[in-house]
Amino acid sequence: MPPADSQEPRRTALAGVHQSLGAHMTDFAGWYMPLRYDSELAEHHAVRTVAGLFDLSHMGEIEIVGTQAAEYLDYALVGSYGAMAPLAAKYTMICQDDGGILDDLIVYRLRADHFLVVANAGNRETVFTALRQRSAGWDDISILDNSDLWSLIAVQGPLALAILNEMADSPLDSLKHYSIAQRSIAGFPVLAARTGYTGEDGFELFCSPADAAQLWTTILEKGKPEGLVPAGLACRDSLRLEAGMPLYGNELSLDLTPFEAGLGRVVALDKSRDSVGGDALRERSQDDVSRVRVGLELEGKRSARTGYAVLTPSGTSVGQVTSGALSPTLGVAVAMAYVDRESASVGTPLLVDVRGVLVPARIVPLPFYKRTNRGAS
Amino acid sequence: MTYPSQLQYSRDHEWLSTDDTHGTVGITSFAAASLGDIVYVDLPAIGTIVTAGSPCGEIESTKSVSDLISPASGEVTAINDTVVSDPALINSSPYEDGWLFQLRLDDAPELMDADQYTLFANGTP
Repeated sequence: MPPADSQEPRRTALAGVHQSLGAHMTDFAGWYMPLRYDSELAEHHAVRTVAGLFDLSHMGEIEIVGTQAAEYLDYALVGSYGAMAPLAAKYTMICQDDGGILDDLIVYRLRADHFLVVANAGNRETVFTALRQRSAGWDDISILDNSDLWSLIAVQGPLALAILNEMADSPLDSLKHYSIAQRSIAGFPVLAARTGYTGEDGFELFCSPADAAQLWTTILEKGKPEGLVPAGLACRDSLRLEAGMPLYGNELSLDLTPFEAGLGRVVALDKSRDSVGGDALRERSQDDVSRVRVGLELEGKRSARTGYAVLTPSGTSVGQVTSGALSPTLGVAVAMAYVDRESASVGTPLLVDVRGVLVPARIVPLPFYKRTNRGAS
Repeated sequence: MTYPSQLQYSRDHEWLSTDDTHGTVGITSFAAASLGDIVYVDLPAIGTIVTAGSPCGEIESTKSVSDLISPASGEVTAINDTVVSDPALINSSPYEDGWLFQLRLDDAPELMDADQYTLFANGTP
């Protein structure tokens, strides 16, 4: 395979819209994406207080169709999917044989025999290839990479519901957290999911790429008077960090299982059938993991960044920062890190090596930020 | 983007305004826009001897850390405390309220004028 940077980044159906809005664009996972439109901090605060509009069309949409689709997913992924009601959604993962994480996913059950699997943009091919390979021997299962047939627009924030309701054919209130339904928004057919990656209430709208630009523009125009703003990947990252949500490549990787990540709950250990990685994950669930994902709060305003060493007060290295920022909402420097289990309990005083300066930090519970307005749940 | 004509500019995207023996330093609007929202700034202490082209502090945006490179050599005589407590001033007012420090100049530095800097900045990927 040629190096990724030898290719022009791919453009979503909204790339032209972002450029006309004056966005600072960046190459993200091989896609030409908006990093920020103006101030990423203003965008962050808008999502926390009003609403933000995101282009997530770079995400991968893989559809699994067949009468045995649920059983197949039980085999191919770490969770259990047969009990999902139609139109339910589930946060889950796909692992390799040794339990290492290939990607984190949201699985939507569209019908009894039809699932939609949303993968990270950078893992789309990996996940699709793995799902294809794992379907060997399964009759009557179709696995389709339909990523190019879907655009994905997210509206996130406490006013997302009210703003979208004004454009929806029927109110979205009935849509529960982590569920999906067919709706029409501004006259365009969408699959509306009450999911997100910001820690706020909100929706992710799967639509036709042919409709994406007009749907985006309509939502922006209708939401603007309320304070909705277009929001880029920079604030998406600070929002998910505050919400304690892992990012593949930072907190999740092939070298880690869901248990180190503190997300062992996604693994169904009582499956009636074997599954890829199942033995390794069952074994891992038995012993205490040596390193765990934790939240850190630092003294001062300097950010702990990816790769910075975490030490005990006596100077012993016990881990590494995976994501960090000066939290726009909380005003304090926060980070996620992997640290040795012995140093991982809440309140433990530690140090972070911030470019040669040892900054005092302590373990705090995740998430750093939890919204008070819960929306529907 | 246009750059104030009365200032001088470094290849590291700092500006310098001079009056004979003293200078005031900040970062350009180009640098501020490229960095994104600035959330932390570490300035040299008063009395520090800084050297043209060498790091003398740090500027952190939400996503990155950059060295602050002094555009001139000399002794730091004042720092902008307001910008330390409110780094967003660097974004909102890079040439006025967002100035960073002042120094007593060792010598007249060789820097670009606004026209030269405009060409330089436009050529920076």
